[in-house]
Amino acid sequence: MKEKAWIEKRRNVVLMVRIFLAVSIALLLLDLVIHRHELFSWETWFGFYGFYGFVACVGLVLAAKVLRKLIMRREDYYDH
Amino acid sequence: MITSLPPFLIFFAGALVVAFAPNRLRPTLTLLVPLFGGWNLWYVAAGSDLTVALFDYRLELVRSDKLSLLFGILFHLATFLISIYAVHIRDRLQQVSSLVYAGGALGAVFAGDLITLFVAWELMAVSSVFLIWARRTPRASSAGLRYLAIQISSGLLLLAGALLHISETGSLAFGPLGVGSLAGVLIFTAFGIKCAFPLVHSWLTDAYPEATPSGMVFLSAFTTKVAVYGLARSFAGTEALIYIGTAMAMFPIFYAVIENDLRRVLAFSLINQVGFMVVGIGIGSELALNGAVSHAFNDVLFKGLLLMAMGAVLHQTGKINGSELGGLYKTMPITTGFCIVGAASISAFPLFSGFVSKSMVMAAAAQEGYWIVWLLLLFASAGVFHHAGIKIPYFAFFAHDSGIRTREPPANMLIAMGLGAALCILIGVYPSLLYGILPWEVHYIPYTADHVLTQLQLLFFSALAFAWLNLAGLYPPELPSVNLDADWLYRRLGLRGARLAERALAKAEQTGARLTEVSSYNFRRVAMQHCGPASVLARTWSTGFAALWIIILLGICLILYYL
Repeated sequence: MKEKAWIEKRRNVVLMVRIFLAVSIALLLLDLVIHRHELFSWETWFGFYGFYGFVACVGLVLAAKVLRKLIMRREDYYDH
Repeated sequence: MITSLPPFLIFFAGALVVAFAPNRLRPTLTLLVPLFGGWNLWYVAAGSDLTVALFDYRLELVRSDKLSLLFGILFHLATFLISIYAVHIRDRLQQVSSLVYAGGALGAVFAGDLITLFVAWELMAVSSVFLIWARRTPRASSAGLRYLAIQISSGLLLLAGALLHISETGSLAFGPLGVGSLAGVLIFTAFGIKCAFPLVHSWLTDAYPEATPSGMVFLSAFTTKVAVYGLARSFAGTEALIYIGTAMAMFPIFYAVIENDLRRVLAFSLINQVGFMVVGIGIGSELALNGAVSHAFNDVLFKGLLLMAMGAVLHQTGKINGSELGGLYKTMPITTGFCIVGAASISAFPLFSGFVSKSMVMAAAAQEGYWIVWLLLLFASAGVFHHAGIKIPYFAFFAHDSGIRTREPPANMLIAMGLGAALCILIGVYPSLLYGILPWEVHYIPYTADHVLTQLQLLFFSALAFAWLNLAGLYPPELPSVNLDADWLYRRLGLRGARLAERALAKAEQTGARLTEVSSYNFRRVAMQHCGPASVLARTWSTGFAALWIIILLGICLILYYL
């Protein structure tokens, strides 16, 4: 069995995700420091963009899974 | 005195020369065409409109203003980059048709009247289909036919609208039209089909991924962008476009998440990006229109880059399905890097090109108070990052190792991708380069602390969602499949209907034939009975019997005589 590449080891993947999480939280905390000139009231809510991005993507993927049940067909569906 | 040539003429002449040039010279000649064209464009910009007389009308073959010039520059740049990408190709069909196609696109954006526009429009349709057929597979050939049928119908609607408009107003001008008249609605629909409005979009996702690797890059650069130009020219500020555009930005992302063919994922993402442009045109403020056309400019570059990277994967491995790829970063590290630059640009990461253009449309939507549209576009932005920014590089180059070991694509492909990537970063870092050639003056500043921060938050948390879903095993796996879309209406329902009608017709024909057969059989039978060889009339009589009959007949005559 060939040695797995660095990036393929689950331990390292988890490490990368953790670093990523730390950066994300740091970005979230910057919300408290940087002044906003917002156009909508909700933009001033703490962490609005981060929260929205996360929920949007989870919602997107879950909705797509449901969509798959409705519209997925065999690969040769149109071939005959 | 003519100081410049019409831009499309250079491309058509170039196509003619390339068509008869020997194999070795063709790539160089193809590259020279956009270079010479670019030089000529300098003089076109100096303002030299060209009109010719046709019967009682004056056709404006070249109208140069800032809007048409922006697209002119873009199309020259795109042709140049993609021609580099295609240098290794030894296929006369592709080389000639791509030049005619680009020339048609230039003809359309420089057209000052509706008739010239129509001619260029149809020329684009007819020449571009060869980029699909050049794949030379049965799937490509049938997809190309469907594509051509829809493109030609768009052209016919444009012609009908143009003729109606000319007869109503007496003006040929390709200018602001609006949807107040039937003519306007017809032209709007024609543009809408080429722009891939929802429900008439499936020609794009059906046919583009069947094209050749470089063919799809060409296709993605011109057709939809010409339609965006047309909408910006004639229908700026039409409110319906805001909602159509939002729908375009929204629905493809769901399809993109579950699509397996990675170039088809990018086709969906193309519709999604055009959706942002359409919203900008619908809002119609200077900021929004600048955002729309600058995003069109950037989209050609970053979508082109992503398609080039996927084309390189297809060219090297012969595979493009996410379910069959993975782990290619080991053998294609440079392509991986370029693909990530494209992914960062389309996701609108700060310092990459998408960041400086898409945000103009968002800001315009917010300024004009379309808050639901704004929220939906923000959702779509997160979705773009998800399917084009992460999914494309992840499933092609990382994910599970597919075991495929290949090599980097030919040098010319790498150079084209490198130039594309450099432009994406250049525009992202120095947006003033792009802002300087926009049709309206730009007061927008993309790099403010809160814009950078909020965008980074949106992207990082979207990526976090991807990582979490993936690690938790919730992410839908790539599966070889077909997903039903609007093309089901004609590929399945329409086909079934046609087959049913065909069968009914065949049955009617059969019944008719049987009826004829039966009646003709009966007729023949009766005729045979009475006139045939065995019939009463043809029977041979013995002489005695005949004499008896004659005596009887004579007897009857005698009796009648005496009566």
